[in-house]
Amino acid sequence: MKPKHLSLLILTLLVVAAPFFFPSGFYYRIGALIFINAIAVTGLVILIGYAGQISLGHAGFAGIGAYACALAPEHLGLPPVAAILLGAALSAALAWLVGRPILRLHGYYLGVATLGLGILISMVLSNEAQWTGGPDGIAVPDLGLRGLLRDLGWRVGAGELWYGLAGLVMILGAWLALNLFDSPTGRALRALHGSEVAARTMGIDVARHKLHAFVVSAVYASVSGSLLALMNRLITPDVAGFMHSVQMVTMAVLGGVGSVLGAIFGATILTALPQLLTVFHQYEHMVLGLVMILVMIFLPDGLLPSLMKRLRGRDGE
Amino acid sequence: MSALLEIDGLGIAFGGIKAVDDVSFAVREGEIVSVIGPNGAGKTTLFNMISGLYRPSQGKVRLKGSDITALEPHLLARRGLSRTFQNLQVFGEMTLLENVMVGHHLREKGGVLSDLLGLPASRRKTRASADSALALLARVGLEKAAYRAARTMSYGALKRLEIARALALDPKILLLDEPAAGCNAVETEEIDRLIAEIARAGVAILLVEHDMKLVMKISAHLVVLDHGRKIAEGAPTQVARDPQVIAAYLGQHGQEQVLHAEG
Amino acid sequence: MADLLQFLMSGLTVGAVYALLALGFTIIFNASGVVNFAQGEFVMLGGMGTAFAIAAGLPVPLAALLAILGTAAVGVALNRLAIAPARGAPVVSLIIITIGAAIFLQGAAGLIFDKQIHRYPGFSGEAPLRLAGATLLPQSLWVMAGAALTFAALWLFFTRTLTGKAVLATANNPLAASLVGINTKAIMALSFGLSAAIGAVAGVLVTPITMTAYNTGVALALSGFAAAMLGGLGNPLGALAGGLLLGVLEAMTAGYVSSEYKDAVSFILIILVLALMPQGLLGRKSTDRV
Repeated sequence: MKPKHLSLLILTLLVVAAPFFFPSGFYYRIGALIFINAIAVTGLVILIGYAGQISLGHAGFAGIGAYACALAPEHLGLPPVAAILLGAALSAALAWLVGRPILRLHGYYLGVATLGLGILISMVLSNEAQWTGGPDGIAVPDLGLRGLLRDLGWRVGAGELWYGLAGLVMILGAWLALNLFDSPTGRALRALHGSEVAARTMGIDVARHKLHAFVVSAVYASVSGSLLALMNRLITPDVAGFMHSVQMVTMAVLGGVGSVLGAIFGATILTALPQLLTVFHQYEHMVLGLVMILVMIFLPDGLLPSLMKRLRGRDGE
Repeated sequence: MSALLEIDGLGIAFGGIKAVDDVSFAVREGEIVSVIGPNGAGKTTLFNMISGLYRPSQGKVRLKGSDITALEPHLLARRGLSRTFQNLQVFGEMTLLENVMVGHHLREKGGVLSDLLGLPASRRKTRASADSALALLARVGLEKAAYRAARTMSYGALKRLEIARALALDPKILLLDEPAAGCNAVETEEIDRLIAEIARAGVAILLVEHDMKLVMKISAHLVVLDHGRKIAEGAPTQVARDPQVIAAYLGQHGQEQVLHAEG
Repeated sequence: MADLLQFLMSGLTVGAVYALLALGFTIIFNASGVVNFAQGEFVMLGGMGTAFAIAAGLPVPLAALLAILGTAAVGVALNRLAIAPARGAPVVSLIIITIGAAIFLQGAAGLIFDKQIHRYPGFSGEAPLRLAGATLLPQSLWVMAGAALTFAALWLFFTRTLTGKAVLATANNPLAASLVGINTKAIMALSFGLSAAIGAVAGVLVTPITMTAYNTGVALALSGFAAAMLGGLGNPLGALAGGLLLGVLEAMTAGYVSSEYKDAVSFILIILVLALMPQGLLGRKSTDRV
């Protein structure tokens, strides 16, 4: 079996099997939250892991996706599903516009430029209170899926529904990202990650490929934000904030930004821990900061790849 | 026969210092031309200008008669110009096979959407690339290591990998920047054989190399640089007798080879 | 006209703080090649430390000194525990490490101090000075004078003392510096300590005007970074110019356009500067070697 299929199989099994171990219905919600974060983080695997380009502002795109679902149904009369697509299209368009100039930057400069972009978006969401409700947030309409299922004679709880839906979208997202890895575009991205100079001389239009990775990852973040908004039925500008961007990147690097499965693993840990250990809450920032530092120093490839290496022994490959 | 690659009065200055100044020469189809000169003579800088990494401040580069001066490297690749690097530029985290497959990029280009969806067209291209990449790896003697990550390989192997990757573009002209540097005698011999074979297949080769034995043996034509200027050019035997070349280059190079042997 | 002068004054006050932040970035960047996203936390620690020491009954000069020394120690520890072990790591890793440090320090400050907003009275009272129709807090003069003094002292340090020259030598070429007998590890520790102390000085001086809280560091770091990039990363004079320019631009935006979007100025500026002239206003051009 190819690694791609193995990854998808493992992922699907975990999503299906996990509910059998849930002590209470509350855990469906945590699961859904994990999957929603994992979607955004999978996008970052493409951007950071494949293409080697940092973004410290991807929460901005999550914000666009989230607020599209809050605002488009009310102001444009769109159904929430269409609002998800609209948010994704807006995010893609913005990423395309802004990505062109800023993806020429490297390292720190790119980090700061993307960070600035994310903060600008969250600033707009906070300040334009007449549209967005300001810092207190805004209500989000119901997706309507539960009602639809009820009409079809299938009663399902909100927690279970969101668990299933988010899990499905996550697996879909992982499938796309895994397809990309082993494709011409994926190889071009990983090549420019390894050596931009060599990639250029191999005929790779580096600017164009970076832009593609940026736009695709922005769409992942946007969809993640949309689902978060629709599940919570309320959204605040925090979704687009710096901390959320940092959390996304930390999830990705904690699990292993080079692999889809690893990044999803990272999303699982960092989402579940604060939810399960409420004592943790007071120390959340300190622990998050420590995790970031320690993982980067001791497990620079991330938890899952380092673990796999251990298991396979020192020969590595 | 007309020239494939023409270098016409090429020059560049960094902070007022002319690293390369008014260099002209030509490479014909299937011909091996070597650029030699002491360290710091501007050989790699010249390569970087020809391959579009540096923008020359004067002069022109023409490929098959059309002006390609300061064209983006990826556009040069489309026109059939390919190169290797003095300081290795391999994709360390990718396998050897994938490294060479990247060289097929221009032939396998599709949409990012079809690649995301893993459409049959995209997978077909990947398979085709893999097949011909495997053949190229076999040509440089690396097929057994095809699935190992590049960063785990020896220096000499990576030098050959870069040649295989550059060949994957199916170039008309190949720029090799010190392909035998840091290689042992056996590896050098292999690279020597490989270069001759590539040239026989009709690919023009522009070579920078320190190994004088190799250069004298395989080059049809030599260009000698010193302090960024061309001080001589011609057939190897003729250049080797040029007193100016002996003074500027061979004397110092002789010393270098002594040091090399000691080290 | 009075408006303009007013905005200019408050712009220069804030700009002086940005300049100090940018100077801190510059010192660490030159010494280690690392852009330290935790730089803003030093300013926060300086302000919070002073506020708590004053509340504990210490006289202001002593409280300020303690806060500055404590922050410098945090800077040294940051280098020792988080930056030095990651030497040679890729830029993405270093970004994550220093952001992690920033978040850690923020969380620690929230626990050790508290999560309230703090300030203390200005050093020379609170009565505003009048100047050609504009008003100016005496503390603003403290900020500007403090920044000017810090820049002057550092200039003397780097050009007149052996240690200072060793720092510059290390920044220029670490290998050569260690070959001529400079202890580059000590230089690195010194740079982090110095940079943290400079940040703390800014915090001590500006807290009576802007107030402080455990979570103010990140925004400050970003403005400071914008200032440093505006002037050209790695250039101390650029840090000064970039800081003042950014401060004035922000104040003008707040005054004439929208106070809600004044913080947007630095980010728009960052993106514009980076897109149009990646080397900054005073930076040098560099070429990659292949």
